[in-house]
Amino acid sequence: MTSPLLCVRDLKVVIGGRHILHGVDLDVAAGGVTALLGRNGAGKTTTVRGVLGLVPRTGSVRYGGDETVGMTTHQIVRRGIGYVPEDRGVFVALTVAENLRLAERDPDPAYDLVHELFPELKQRARQQAGTLSGGQQQMVAIGRTLLNRGNRLVIADEPTKGLAPRVVTEVAVALERAAQAVPVLLVEQNLALVRRLAAHCVVLADGRTAHAGPAAELLADTEKSKTLLGVGRRADVTARGGDH
Amino acid sequence: MSTVVLLGVTGLGLGALYFLVASGLSLIFGLMDVLNFAHGALLSVGAYATWWAASHSFGFPLALLFGTAVGTLAAVALELGLIRPLYRRPREQVLATVGVGLAVPALLSAIWGADARTFPVPGVLAGTFTLVGASVPVNRLVLVGAALVVLLALRLFLGRTRHGLVVRAGVEDRAMVTALGIDVRKAFTLVFAIGGAAAALAGGLAGLYFGSVDPTQGSSLLIFGFVVVVMGGLGSVGGAAVACVVVGLVQQFANYYSTAGLGDLSVVVMLAALLLVRPSGLTGRLA
Ligand SMILES: Nc1ncnc2c1ncn2[C@@H]1O[C@H](COP(=O)(O)OP(=O)(O)O)[C@@H](O)[C@H]1O
Ligand SMILES: [Mg+2]
Repeated sequence: MTSPLLCVRDLKVVIGGRHILHGVDLDVAAGGVTALLGRNGAGKTTTVRGVLGLVPRTGSVRYGGDETVGMTTHQIVRRGIGYVPEDRGVFVALTVAENLRLAERDPDPAYDLVHELFPELKQRARQQAGTLSGGQQQMVAIGRTLLNRGNRLVIADEPTKGLAPRVVTEVAVALERAAQAVPVLLVEQNLALVRRLAAHCVVLADGRTAHAGPAAELLADTEKSKTLLGVGRRADVTARGGDH
Repeated sequence: MSTVVLLGVTGLGLGALYFLVASGLSLIFGLMDVLNFAHGALLSVGAYATWWAASHSFGFPLALLFGTAVGTLAAVALELGLIRPLYRRPREQVLATVGVGLAVPALLSAIWGADARTFPVPGVLAGTFTLVGASVPVNRLVLVGAALVVLLALRLFLGRTRHGLVVRAGVEDRAMVTALGIDVRKAFTLVFAIGGAAAALAGGLAGLYFGSVDPTQGSSLLIFGFVVVVMGGLGSVGGAAVACVVVGLVQQFANYYSTAGLGDLSVVVMLAALLLVRPSGLTGRLA
């Protein structure tokens, strides 16, 4: 692996006196998809929020060679990060078009790409985002990150969670397209999707990095993925759900 | 009949003042979660600046412009100097605004005395006109007109401009706005400037309406401003516009047809009743 784009070392997060991250190490490759895995509550979302400065953190987060711990969220994001939060972060009182316009940072936003991948967003441009289905809101959230050609990293936190299988496929295609142009850090429970997209993976457990390595290797090792990810029957079903 | 008309127009004039106070309060709270107890102080700054300029033969429109400008600057200074350094310390922020809210009237009475100062009302605005048999003071029209202009300007700003878009988004989810690479603190200063301008304008117009300025005007108008904000839903300018009409009218009619002072009370009772029926009035950002 060439030198990583994002290099997290000993990331610690304390919220309201509670230690949530105890020292996370994470490298995101300068190309392709890196998956961030772990059971519910392992600290994946908090790691992502720590990287973006959305929660107070200590440790080191080097992005494109610069230390970002100490910077504010908007300063970090302006260095070219697109973020799809776990709750989608769509503004429900704004229209679809306004949600996208708010995210514009480039002088020449890539609406052609967004509308090609999600034609629905074009038809629903004037609709209030609060009246969209979960899948359509996710399209808005992902569309926002694709809009800026200047992005050098996309971080997506469980982008397929709670979506219908048809929409999961649509989202997967969009992520694949995004990954061709820009590195992606993907938090994902859908292991079929991880297998399809991710080259590398990092696994968290109890607020620490428990494993890092090639994604295919971990997923091939039933024993290991069972202990690290808690893959049981339920996860298998979810994984198959994503193959449609 | 003519009494009803006069009470109605006067109620609308008062409502216009409440709207000018409430629209800024509402935007500031909606975006920043700051209950700005210094808003009445901004009104007083505007009132005294307008009065000072009008007494120094500025001419009323120019004096009003001057007062509004001074109030805007004061609001920006308040945000940059006191609110921003206390960002992430909401309790201290509120205390700071309470402190300013108390200090400014004290400062004004130290300089110009605690007594009301007569506001030099220009001749054209001192007269009355006849409306459906009622003799209505012209200044009521000025107040209502100014509030309508501000309402329209706010709607255009919020609906048609990039900064307005940022403010509306920030009212919903401030953190997500920053996660899109937007420096939301600029929007904080901007809403303070807008709120300060509207409050200072209300101050100048209050001088016109009451015929005088005094150091306590700001605090009493602020109370009704809060009532309007809570009724209209925090963060909602449109809601404030509707609520201010209701509050102004109820207050006027109740004060006239019952014992004076009961109108003020009835407004508070109305607020309590509304909150019982529709508690979302308090957290109206979701509604
Ligand atoms: N704001 C917060 N306040 C308190 N506890 C939190 C907060 N955010 C997350 N946690 C806790 O931290 C742990 C990790 O959460 P999270 O990062 O969301 O995990 P994951 O995304 O891997 O499911 C969980 O136990 C969660 O309850
Ligand atoms: Mg999570």
